[in-house]
Amino acid sequence: MKKTTIAAIATAQGQGGIGVIRVSGEESIDIVDKIFKSVSGKKVSDLKGYRASYGKIYSGKDIVDEVVVLVFRAPHSYTGENIVEISCHGGLYVTRQILNLVLKNGASIAEPGEFTKRAFLNGKIDLTEAEAVMGIIGAKGKSAAKAAIAAREGALSKKINLIKDELVNLAAFLSVWADYPEDDIPEVERESILKRLNVVCKSLEKMISQYDSGKALIDGIETVIIGSPNVGKSTLMNLLSGTQRCIVTDIPGTTRDIVEETVILGDITLRLSDTAGIRDTKDPVELIGVNLAKSRVKSAQLVLVVFDGAKELSEADKNLICSLDCANTVAIINKSDLPMKIDRSLIEKKINNIVYLSAKTGNGLESLGEVITKVVGLADIEPSNGILATQRQYFAAISALEGVKEAINAVTGGFTLDAVTVSVEYAVDELLNLTGEKATKVVVDEVFSKFCVGK
Amino acid sequence: MKYLAGTYDIIVIGAGHAGIEAALAASRIGCKTAIFTINMDAVGNCPCNPSIGGTAKGHLVREIDALGGEMGKTADECFLQSRMLNKGKGPAVHSLRVQIDRDKYRRVMKRKLERQENLDLRQAEIVEIEKTDDGIWEVTTRLNAVFRTKAVIIATGTYLSSKIYIGEVSYESGPDGIFPASFLSKSLVNLGLRLRRFKTGTPARVLRSTIDFSKLEIQEGDERIVPFSYHSREIGENKVVCHIGYTNEETKRIILENINRSPLYSGEIKGKGPRYCPSIEDKVVRFADKERHQFFVEPCGLETEEMYIQGISSSLPEEVQNKLYHSIEGLEHALLMRPAYAIEYDCVDPVQMNATLEFSELPGLYGAGQFNGSSGYEEAAAQGLIAGINAALKIKGEEPLALDRSTSYIGTLIDDLVTKGVSDPYRMMTSRSEYRLVLRQDNADERLMPYGRKVGLVSDSIWEAFKSRQEIKKEEYKRLKDVVFQPTEELNNIIVSRETTPIISGIRMLDLLKRPQITYECLTPVDKTRPNVDKSIFEQIEVEIKYEGYIKRQLSQINNMRRLEVKKLPHDVDYSKIIGLRLEAIEKLNLVKPENIGQASRISGVSPADVSVLLIWLSQNSKGGKINE
Repeated sequence: MKKTTIAAIATAQGQGGIGVIRVSGEESIDIVDKIFKSVSGKKVSDLKGYRASYGKIYSGKDIVDEVVVLVFRAPHSYTGENIVEISCHGGLYVTRQILNLVLKNGASIAEPGEFTKRAFLNGKIDLTEAEAVMGIIGAKGKSAAKAAIAAREGALSKKINLIKDELVNLAAFLSVWADYPEDDIPEVERESILKRLNVVCKSLEKMISQYDSGKALIDGIETVIIGSPNVGKSTLMNLLSGTQRCIVTDIPGTTRDIVEETVILGDITLRLSDTAGIRDTKDPVELIGVNLAKSRVKSAQLVLVVFDGAKELSEADKNLICSLDCANTVAIINKSDLPMKIDRSLIEKKINNIVYLSAKTGNGLESLGEVITKVVGLADIEPSNGILATQRQYFAAISALEGVKEAINAVTGGFTLDAVTVSVEYAVDELLNLTGEKATKVVVDEVFSKFCVGK
Repeated sequence: MKYLAGTYDIIVIGAGHAGIEAALAASRIGCKTAIFTINMDAVGNCPCNPSIGGTAKGHLVREIDALGGEMGKTADECFLQSRMLNKGKGPAVHSLRVQIDRDKYRRVMKRKLERQENLDLRQAEIVEIEKTDDGIWEVTTRLNAVFRTKAVIIATGTYLSSKIYIGEVSYESGPDGIFPASFLSKSLVNLGLRLRRFKTGTPARVLRSTIDFSKLEIQEGDERIVPFSYHSREIGENKVVCHIGYTNEETKRIILENINRSPLYSGEIKGKGPRYCPSIEDKVVRFADKERHQFFVEPCGLETEEMYIQGISSSLPEEVQNKLYHSIEGLEHALLMRPAYAIEYDCVDPVQMNATLEFSELPGLYGAGQFNGSSGYEEAAAQGLIAGINAALKIKGEEPLALDRSTSYIGTLIDDLVTKGVSDPYRMMTSRSEYRLVLRQDNADERLMPYGRKVGLVSDSIWEAFKSRQEIKKEEYKRLKDVVFQPTEELNNIIVSRETTPIISGIRMLDLLKRPQITYECLTPVDKTRPNVDKSIFEQIEVEIKYEGYIKRQLSQINNMRRLEVKKLPHDVDYSKIIGLRLEAIEKLNLVKPENIGQASRISGVSPADVSVLLIWLSQNSKGGKINE
């Protein structure tokens, strides 16, 4: 099996000044040479690493675009393989056309994250970094990218390292006490061990509790928009997504299935579903939509319930209010550009978070962002502060916490301290797994650097 | 002129603690064996502490004994004072340590070698080891005798090209004034072994009558004496006491004033010293804020007045040593019979070996003990035993004995050496084992005796005793499940007096013993059906019951480890050809040539990412394809 050369459009697909097509693999240089002619006449294969060349991409005899070609030679590239990056004019048409040319000449289309996978397999980045990069690729909002980059920069590692260092120190303390019983070292106090363990326990618990929010930053918050028919749900959705996604009419029941869209609101990402208006209906098609909407409400992380501020509350509205579980609900009183007729008190009784907004003009959108941030618990998170961004880190922290709790139980349960040591080292090992070190070695090193022991 | 002097199955070079175990094991398994010592009076010498055991080292001795080695038995025969360390700190770290009569130990060990069938004990300095074309090894002595053999076990300890340092003075010498092995290193390098230079040291020996013991604290032995060996029954009472004292500010001043005269600090000594066994000058410099350092006074034997001063090893000039020892309370007038010294010696990079202690590239050549980069009598003996067993098994055409980390401290020690390598002399510690609640000194027989029996080193009588003990233990477990205590006043009084909650309904004895506060001991008045068997069985059961949760977790970790351990890596892999490995990992893997993925994962410099790459490579390779993607 020959190692394939892969290619993909590296920049966001859409309108933009510049588009980049990245080609990675042994044959990347030869492939690009087949479609590129430089102004200087120099072939790409004659270029050293880190060199650029200006010229044109041809499809047969036709010029496709004027481009700049950048060469990275193995192993000095992101993936560790030969890489050619073609910078062309932005826009879907040109970038896709160039990509097609590259594919026709021998490359295969890259799977999502495949460049990073190769970088990892070639030892250019470690697993934690790779996961962080995958986070960036998938990141759908500014906060997500910030968190992912912070993880890459090691904010997470720093935080985990602090906890790890404390545990290693504790383990070394217990180890020296067990391995050097005859030496002149401080007595081990169960009370102080317990105190230190409790502090570590709290830090880990905090990291873990932020995981859901952290994941929300990366993946986006699953959100549904509900409300009686024709209160402006789809207009809101269109406002949020910035396109005419839904067919907006003034005929109630226009939206029959669930329209999904990922939208960015300020710092956060919402995975938004617009649902059919919830009302009693006899239209079987619409009914399916209504039931679907109801089940979505149950599973969503965030519910935006929309009311028409220019009208009195209908019976349907009142029923809806009663049926809601309100912890994760934001009430949006729409059409704030029109005179208010709605009786707010009934809504206020049930729902704490209310936002006034005009989906038509966009007024109030900012305060919606703030309220959502508060409701889903993101307000406490400083994205660059190292949240547990990936499953692996999450599970490492969970296992470490398990070890620490076990150690605490051993101390309070009256077990001898050798059992405590074993649990502490288990926790250390789980955290070290993220970087590949080994507890037995790390702890022994700590013993000899911190304690004066030995004959 | 060289002459052919004899033929053996196995030749052991060095008759220290490693060599002795290797030679005894090999000859007992049935191989015609010779053991060479550079000086007949240095067989089984203890050139440092007059003691055996200690934390984790005590575990090693018990394990050696369970496998059928000799160290535990001889220590029992020669003990002067016995102490179980770490009582109260938990069963995992209980460790036996005994003071021994050093002269007696040497004599007893020599006698055992002399009387062993299949074994020749000979005095000669080995100067050359060569491999002949027919796969046979040839070993040459300084006196030109050539011996032909199928396997060679190198156990040269601190004698290999060794050099002694005392202040500005240095000279080529082995320990205790015995001449060194000065020629062998070159021959080993020619064979392709990577040698390095390590350093260790020992304190002064002081005349007993010149010590003022009234100024020192006394340290008594245990009342209840537990032997090391499963052979030993009654081994008698403590015969000596030890003493504890402390250095002071004046000692520190003297050391710092003369620190530039220490070869360690002047740069004279290049060898890497052990971190766990620092000289007094090291302690003073590295831990400058410590006002005093503890030391122990240990008798060297019953028929000598020499006392070993544990804790004050040094390579300062003799003149300074006198001053610094005399600055210490109790040692003001001490006569230093032998000065402290540092010794530098050649040893091998142990990653060149596999878990049987055979050099991967040189079949039939084995290494053991300090030569492998370890330190300590017990570490040496453990390796000697494994090397001896494996050399013999190989000659007999049987499966090798490679103990993994989960079986023993011996397995942990060897895995650490051959997988991780060493940067300073390696001492065993309980912290080095991730399975220490399972690897206790009380269950060494359960863990290892079946292996010892299989290779033929465990006698019928010991094996029968072991099996009957296991039977008794099984019966007792059954009884603990059957006995149900009712909530009587007598029982609840006992329970409450141990500060735990009284029972309100019947409870199985097994469940009651799960409470950390409840012991066999305290239940004696109410436990009417208790059999009259060895008390240590109750102690062992108690540990197993109380620590059940932890032990179970360690056992499941062991299973996880073994899953990676069975994923064998071919020996002839060129790791630079595996796409995806990082450069550092390639270098380390090519150096160590791990036998399986488990071992690979423990190599420092091999990251989890590299392990993933290896797993992917292995799975693709086994399907006959080549890894490229």
